[in-house]
Amino acid sequence: MRPPSLLCLLVPLLLLALGLSLGWALGDGLKGYSGERLAEVALELVPESGATHPVTSVLLNFRGYDTLLELAVLLTALLGIWSLGPAAPPYPPPGLVLASLVGWVVPLLIITGGYLLWVGAYAPGGAFQAGAMLGAAGVTLTLAGHPTGGLPAEPWQRLLAALGTLVFLLMGLGLMALGSGFLIYPKGIAKWLILIIEATATLSIGVTLIAAFLGGRPMSLRNRSR
Amino acid sequence: MNLFLFCFDLLLSLTLLALAVAALSSRDPRRGVILFITFGLLLALVWARLRAPDLALTEAAIGAGLTGALMLGAARRAAPRFDSEDSR
Repeated sequence: MRPPSLLCLLVPLLLLALGLSLGWALGDGLKGYSGERLAEVALELVPESGATHPVTSVLLNFRGYDTLLELAVLLTALLGIWSLGPAAPPYPPPGLVLASLVGWVVPLLIITGGYLLWVGAYAPGGAFQAGAMLGAAGVTLTLAGHPTGGLPAEPWQRLLAALGTLVFLLMGLGLMALGSGFLIYPKGIAKWLILIIEATATLSIGVTLIAAFLGGRPMSLRNRSR
Repeated sequence: MNLFLFCFDLLLSLTLLALAVAALSSRDPRRGVILFITFGLLLALVWARLRAPDLALTEAAIGAGLTGALMLGAARRAAPRFDSEDSR
């Protein structure tokens, strides 16, 4: 069935108009304002943020609310995937070469994830990259025939997937209750708060990515009715 | 900027655009996904050239690697509906 020709003409025109207005907005934003830029203000405050790497301090401190919402988006995506149906049947068991390769690669990926998490405080790295490494370890295990990609039983999966968002949110609310404001870290302990949030976020991101690759609700080992 | 780097950047940008068009216009989902992964890896190089190592790392790990794996899984599930002989 061919769509009507008016639509074929209208969609590119609308897209063009959208692109032009976005370009105009960018140009206007770049030259229209001559006052102090946010980037300079943020760079000055990096030493006080609890992380010496600018990107980490923006993601976890100055813009922490946004990162919290990103974690919530991942969690919501996982809920969507789990609601679609059971996971795909596991891959066939690996041959000798693949099995021994997996035995080498998976521990290396987990160690790399831990390194990226720790190094994120002062160099490129951080929770999302570290979580992606954990996810890659799980994907490798899944491809090698592990039925759950190294994930624990379903109740633990739920807890781990929600942990990042939960800890982040509780941290924000706790700081609010202490009178500091939502996700406004006190200067002395900001580094440790950020580290706790990043560590739990890494676990959650890793578990979410593995569960997303499995592509469905985890199959319980006990007899489930459907 | 010296000439070599300029040529490299130009080549990178053109390849990226060509890969984007090829990935979007591919009829076979699996082929499109593989082109998308290649696109993501080259995009990571672009971020590295723009001196954004954080983004390069994220793009290579999440954009190319894990999204690619997820989309390959999706293509594997969708493949029998498109053509039956190329499901794995």
